[in-house]
Amino acid sequence: MSQVPTDLRYTKTHEWVRVMPDGLLELGITDHAQHALGDLVFVETPEPGRRVSAGEPYAVVESVKAASDVYCPIGGEVAAANVELASAPERINQSPYGEGWIARIRPDDTAAVAKLLSPADYSKLIEAEGD
Amino acid sequence: MQSHGEKLIFEHSRPGRGAFDQWPQTPPDSAAVADIPAELVRQAPPLLPEVSELDAVRHFTRLSQLNFSIDTHFYPLGSCTMKYNPKACNALAQLPQFLGRHPLAPESHGQGVLACLYELQEMLKAVTGMRAVSLTPMAGAQGEFAGVAMIRAYHRARGDLARKEIIVPEAAHGTNPATATMCGATVREIPVRSDGDVSLEALRAAVGPGTAGIMLTNPSTLGVFERHIVEVAEIVHAAGGLLYYDGANLNAILGKVRPADMGFDVVHVNLHKTFSTPHGGGGPGAGAVGVGERLAPFLPIPLVGRDEDGRYRWLAERDLPQSIGRLSAFMGNTGVLLRAYIYMRMLGSTGMTAVAEHATLNANYLLARLTRAGFAAAYPERRASHEFIVTLKREARELEVTAMDFAKRLLDYGMHAPTTYFPLLVPECLLIEPTETESKQTLDAFVEALTSIEREAREDPERVRGAPHTLPVRRLDDVRAAKHLDLTFKPAASVAGTPSP
Amino acid sequence: MAFIPHTAAEVGEMLESIGAASTEALFDEIPASIRLRELSGVPEPLGEMEIGRLMRERAASDGQPLCFIGAGAYEHHIPAAVWAIANRGEFYSAYTPYQAEASQGTLQTIYEFQTMIASLTGMQVANASLYDGASAFAEALLMAVRINRRSESLRALVPSTLHPHYRAAARAITSHQGVTLEEVPYCTEEGRILPEALTRYEAQGAAALAIPQPNFFGVLEDVDALSEWARRRGIPVIAVVNPTSLALLKPPGAWRGGADVVVGEGQPLGVPLSSGGPYFGFMATRMEHVRQMPGRIVGRTLDAAGRPGFTLTLQAREQHIRRGRATSNICTNQGLMVTAATVYLSLMGAGGLERVAIASHARTSELAAALTRIPGVRQAFRSPYFHEVVLRLDRPVAPVLEALARRNILGGIDLAPHYPELAPALLACATETKTSADIEAFASAVREVLSSQPAA
Repeated sequence: MSQVPTDLRYTKTHEWVRVMPDGLLELGITDHAQHALGDLVFVETPEPGRRVSAGEPYAVVESVKAASDVYCPIGGEVAAANVELASAPERINQSPYGEGWIARIRPDDTAAVAKLLSPADYSKLIEAEGD
Repeated sequence: MQSHGEKLIFEHSRPGRGAFDQWPQTPPDSAAVADIPAELVRQAPPLLPEVSELDAVRHFTRLSQLNFSIDTHFYPLGSCTMKYNPKACNALAQLPQFLGRHPLAPESHGQGVLACLYELQEMLKAVTGMRAVSLTPMAGAQGEFAGVAMIRAYHRARGDLARKEIIVPEAAHGTNPATATMCGATVREIPVRSDGDVSLEALRAAVGPGTAGIMLTNPSTLGVFERHIVEVAEIVHAAGGLLYYDGANLNAILGKVRPADMGFDVVHVNLHKTFSTPHGGGGPGAGAVGVGERLAPFLPIPLVGRDEDGRYRWLAERDLPQSIGRLSAFMGNTGVLLRAYIYMRMLGSTGMTAVAEHATLNANYLLARLTRAGFAAAYPERRASHEFIVTLKREARELEVTAMDFAKRLLDYGMHAPTTYFPLLVPECLLIEPTETESKQTLDAFVEALTSIEREAREDPERVRGAPHTLPVRRLDDVRAAKHLDLTFKPAASVAGTPSP
Repeated sequence: MAFIPHTAAEVGEMLESIGAASTEALFDEIPASIRLRELSGVPEPLGEMEIGRLMRERAASDGQPLCFIGAGAYEHHIPAAVWAIANRGEFYSAYTPYQAEASQGTLQTIYEFQTMIASLTGMQVANASLYDGASAFAEALLMAVRINRRSESLRALVPSTLHPHYRAAARAITSHQGVTLEEVPYCTEEGRILPEALTRYEAQGAAALAIPQPNFFGVLEDVDALSEWARRRGIPVIAVVNPTSLALLKPPGAWRGGADVVVGEGQPLGVPLSSGGPYFGFMATRMEHVRQMPGRIVGRTLDAAGRPGFTLTLQAREQHIRRGRATSNICTNQGLMVTAATVYLSLMGAGGLERVAIASHARTSELAAALTRIPGVRQAFRSPYFHEVVLRLDRPVAPVLEALARRNILGGIDLAPHYPELAPALLACATETKTSADIEAFASAVREVLSSQPAA
């Protein structure tokens, strides 16, 4: 069974969002996603300063079996990227909600976070997919 | 089998060694290149081996002995049609006059090869029911590209610029959506029903004024015949779209039914599958493309034409002003085309039908025997075409032994594994295509091997999970290969190498 | 028949096992309305003896003329060992090496090939081949667009001195993705691109600058100036090179502006002319671009026992995984030709390849000298060239070539169709396979043909 932390919000495409104390949003992919991908071998993170819109791919995660785009749940500007992932992509597998964060953005509209999937709804989604 | 531990050819090098008999015999005269400006001349020689002819021959011969091949092993790879490659096709295609002919040699010095290519075009028309054929695409994927590009060109020529969508069943081969994207089209996937046929309802909902066409294989990638193909064609045509036939599975229906009669407007044929040109360890192939009347003006050039007086010539830009263009520098993989021609002449009309009959017989026989042995067919209610799918999802769940583990263990039994994990639709699947050139003995041995592995999976699962055990290498670490990229040999000591950028 | 081993008895046993009355019954899912009653349009089968006779007759009718045509495909000596090895069933009847443990022969050969191509081109990594030089060039354009995502330009600057069929194929393949080719004009005096010709493009960006070396005329381009111009403007450089020439000429990795992607036709490396194919396209690039490179790539890794082995890697970019978002749709490539090229390069080594390059250039110079001694023939360009040369004639070239062909000599190609501004002009090439006697025979024939026909 995949982990679905209760303090985060989620998307249908298996991304998670954490609202940080300073108002930035921390983004990553879920435990379900990392498990489906398998051992990650490469992660392409965005450049700070780049603008991304909601629904736009802002990163790529690559395993031996798949290379997937990671979609930005809420539009904003990239404040920071987890550059450690360049040499240690496996952090996403080991700690998808912690050290495996991918980027932090300054959101255009923090209120939009509430419209994302709740932990309960996301859990239902992955159960239906046969997690 | 050789045990591995073959050094790299570079590791056999010794300074000053060389296969001197192969070099031009007069020593290099630097005066001969004095007219080349010094700043354009190479400073440091490239890193190439310095070995004797015997070193090279021994090295590559030993490497060849590390391979599985059709000549040495049963190779039931679904969707690849690994049939026997007749030696005559290889030998005759390599007659010195064919081998030594320059692509731009005049037609006066090419009537022989042109006759072969023309007749090949004609025979491909006959087996597909199409009106015109181009032999230029150098592989199935290039044939697909040509097909989709022609469909788009056709709609553009009619002024219908809205048609940008290509429909593809969810079980399609990866080249299909990749090709659609390369042609600037968007892809719309439609579901397949549980009995293996495309969902007509989903298709009706998917077609519209934006539909350029649909890409289908028949029999499909699920190993079953698309029984409602005539309706599929009607639906797509009625909506203004065209039908593209991926010929990967033509071996199943050769001489039994023609793609044109099913309603297809354009087909590509994998000559390295159905027409037995060698797979070469990854090519070269040839993906000849055939079209109905509507798409004939758009064929990729050049084609071979024949004048009234029976002389053959190339048809190019002037003859096909609406062509989608050239796909290569010359005229495609002529050497491969000659092999296909020779094979088709040896088969003849009766041979072609026999191919489909025996390929289908072999597949259905294996399906029946494996089902009785307790394996789960993905579509047990359906006839196998020339291939069929077995799913090992129960074994994976109950015994934690996957299709990949079965595939690797089969290698220890001296057989190449079937195709695994394709189509993506069926979990833990093996797509099995025996081809018509395999005997009943070989098929029986295959059934025994799989049965034995199933037993091992229950009694000694580690043995299966750790396979292969008897090959030159054990299972290779893919993750490491992708994370720590080692893609070229780097000599330890500083060797006269090229300056890095 | 048809290489089918079944006996009638076996067919019977198998049908019984299936529970079908006949093989026809196995086709009962195909709608009757579309079933073929009989396959027409295909002749009766031939046995090996009969087809052998037919093919030998046809081959004999094509003959083996003395050939001085280059134009993208070059006649070089192919050592006997090359095809003795490539024709081994273990190489040619093997499949794509997806099951790595069963394919170490093919995989190691490709790894060695990648090493050789990377070194020859002066780059850091190479792939396992593409279909041919022209389609490799098209793929390089698409790759340059992917690399240079920051630039919005989809316009590639392509010298008109690049092989006309390469430009045509590139258009046919890349236009669907919005790429346009802007042809950079050449100097008709010098047969090459003058760096000043690039100034007009300075204002707008470009997706790439292609630089051929040598170019279609055999002329050597000013690669340092051209590559530097592109580098200064952040425009990716695509080098299109002849592999034999790389034994002698500075590789793209060492050009003053460097190169981002290097492609070319690999046919000169042990692959026969064979009326245009199969050949292979090679591609090499910088390590930082490796994930944007199409085609297969082999990597070295360890197996479960900790021993080195080879496997296909970075497959996540390819069609069978990434599907609609793949870098290319390429699946089958040109594996057997790569095997041949790897054996060829192993036999030749740097020393042998250099000799081939020098000898080819020397023979071409000799050819140019012999032909320009004939009244009515002169060299078109004074610029430095490599192993191919453009000659101006005093009359249309096509009839001259026809007359030469009747004497069993293929004198080159007529440039009028693609370069009417140079006409009448002939592109001819001599490699190490030609002797001085061959060149003399060619020159005599030309002399005879020109003196027997009136000048234009």
